[in-house]
Amino acid sequence: MADVPNDAPEHCPGTSSDQAGKSSACQGCPNQNICASGAAKAPDPAIEEIRQKLTSVKHKILVLSGKGGVGKSTFSAHLSHALASDDSKEIALLDVDICGPSIPKIMGLEGEQVHQSGSGWSPVYVEDNLAVMSIGFLLSSPDDAVIWRGPKKNGMIKQFLRDVDWGEVDYLIVDTPPGTSDEHLSIVQYLSGAGIDGAVIITTPQEVSLQDVRKEIRFCKKVKIPVIGVIENMSGFVCPKCKNTSQIFPPTTGGAQRMCEELNLPLLGRVPLDPRIGRSCDEGRSFLTEVPDSPAAVAYQNIIFPFFCSLKTLHLVYFSLFIYTDVISH
Amino acid sequence: CAVGILDVDLCGPSIPRMLSVGKPEVHQCDAGWVPVYADPQQKLAIMSIGFLLEDSDEAVIWRGPKKTALIGQFVSDVAWGELDILLVDTPPGTSDEHLAVLENLRKHRVDGAVLVTTPQAVSTGDVRREITFCKKTAVKILGIVENMSGFVCPHCSECSNVFSKGGGEELAKLTGSVFLGSVPLDPLLTATLEEGRDFLQAFPESSTYTAISQIVNTVLSSLDA
Repeated sequence: MADVPNDAPEHCPGTSSDQAGKSSACQGCPNQNICASGAAKAPDPAIEEIRQKLTSVKHKILVLSGKGGVGKSTFSAHLSHALASDDSKEIALLDVDICGPSIPKIMGLEGEQVHQSGSGWSPVYVEDNLAVMSIGFLLSSPDDAVIWRGPKKNGMIKQFLRDVDWGEVDYLIVDTPPGTSDEHLSIVQYLSGAGIDGAVIITTPQEVSLQDVRKEIRFCKKVKIPVIGVIENMSGFVCPKCKNTSQIFPPTTGGAQRMCEELNLPLLGRVPLDPRIGRSCDEGRSFLTEVPDSPAAVAYQNIIFPFFCSLKTLHLVYFSLFIYTDVISH
Repeated sequence: CAVGILDVDLCGPSIPRMLSVGKPEVHQCDAGWVPVYADPQQKLAIMSIGFLLEDSDEAVIWRGPKKTALIGQFVSDVAWGELDILLVDTPPGTSDEHLAVLENLRKHRVDGAVLVTTPQAVSTGDVRREITFCKKTAVKILGIVENMSGFVCPHCSECSNVFSKGGGEELAKLTGSVFLGSVPLDPLLTATLEEGRDFLQAFPESSTYTAISQIVNTVLSSLDA
């Protein structure tokens, strides 16, 4: 984990930080002069290593939210399952929620371990064509806490991208923790050579969630990641007894629909609450196969299958813009 | 009871909206930053990065060290005045924000932590790690709250366990922690928070109010003990 050298003090800000060599924590560190001179801030060679490593990965998609608990990991897992239902495609799911890795449980892979080989870390396969990597596989107990500051988390993410032997992959889905901090910056930084196709943003209908989603959208704009679209999760609940719909999380400010209209972003779909989703996740099974007729499963399918088209369209749009700009400049 | 709320969720500060304090400016006095008061009697003081952003849609894209520095300031440089209780609302995880809060509060004594989970295993799975964090940092666990615990249909009163049921209580048993109680899913609670209204004042008869009150009383008794 080169961002925090082995001989660095406890509060090392990281060698690529603006505070490198200058923070009070740097006093007495043997690397202080190097960091302060800026020599340690040269582009991280890992970016190029990762670019080369990921040439075998065709599409990279981030799943973001602003708020926690809105269903990011649930969506990431089920997007991966749905994409992997096409046997001809190779899918990879990377969990960069270092402190709260939920993906192993949702994918039914709790207790699995990661193996090392000559070509790097082997991800854990849940299907022949669906590989998963998470810090969850490196922890020996479900009680283990990962009490790491930013620089150490960044180092882990670098290793996940550089040292995992993903092989030939059609779609790499990256599940993130909520927020706009170290994990998000690191994913963007380390994939700056390899490229990110875009981000899907998950929200609930509530304003407290949308408030944070707007920040997430600003983040994407700042780091130049295309927003593929927004999904409104937990959107209504149909009572199994009387079949009336209730808005458990009322869209007091117009929900994701109004926000998407205001920001000119696609609303990819709305997914209703269904107790069977939570149950499937807890049991490590895909609810798309467990309860395929549930309104929530149908909503997911309606979001995910046009997804292929939206990615292709994204490529077409950027390709066309590239050609256009090229023509204009000549 | 004079209460302070310190919102250290720097990337997703929700407290200002939930307490309907709008976008007031934060002023300085000799003793430091003046907190924002949610009430004219100044019994509820708040500090959040939400008050420091000019544009509420602005993203706080900070790495750990910068977050740590601001949290240090929030603890040391805010003129909280005389408080009976300081509540600290944290983001999910066991990282910079959590370490920064503890480091800065050490000299002032931390009474303990209330841990909130939904009933599902995916949530309790993360709270187990949070419990380990508390044990490792010597923070007493005041108890576990199971939130979003069941939904009573307003049309037919059928209770549905939208996010499963009982996980919080099981977690408390498993880890030897106090189970503080369950709070149901309640659209009235969600809507009043969204609109910045005081749920306890608006719906004093609701069973959600009773559930929350019981939890509060249990926590307060454990502080007095």
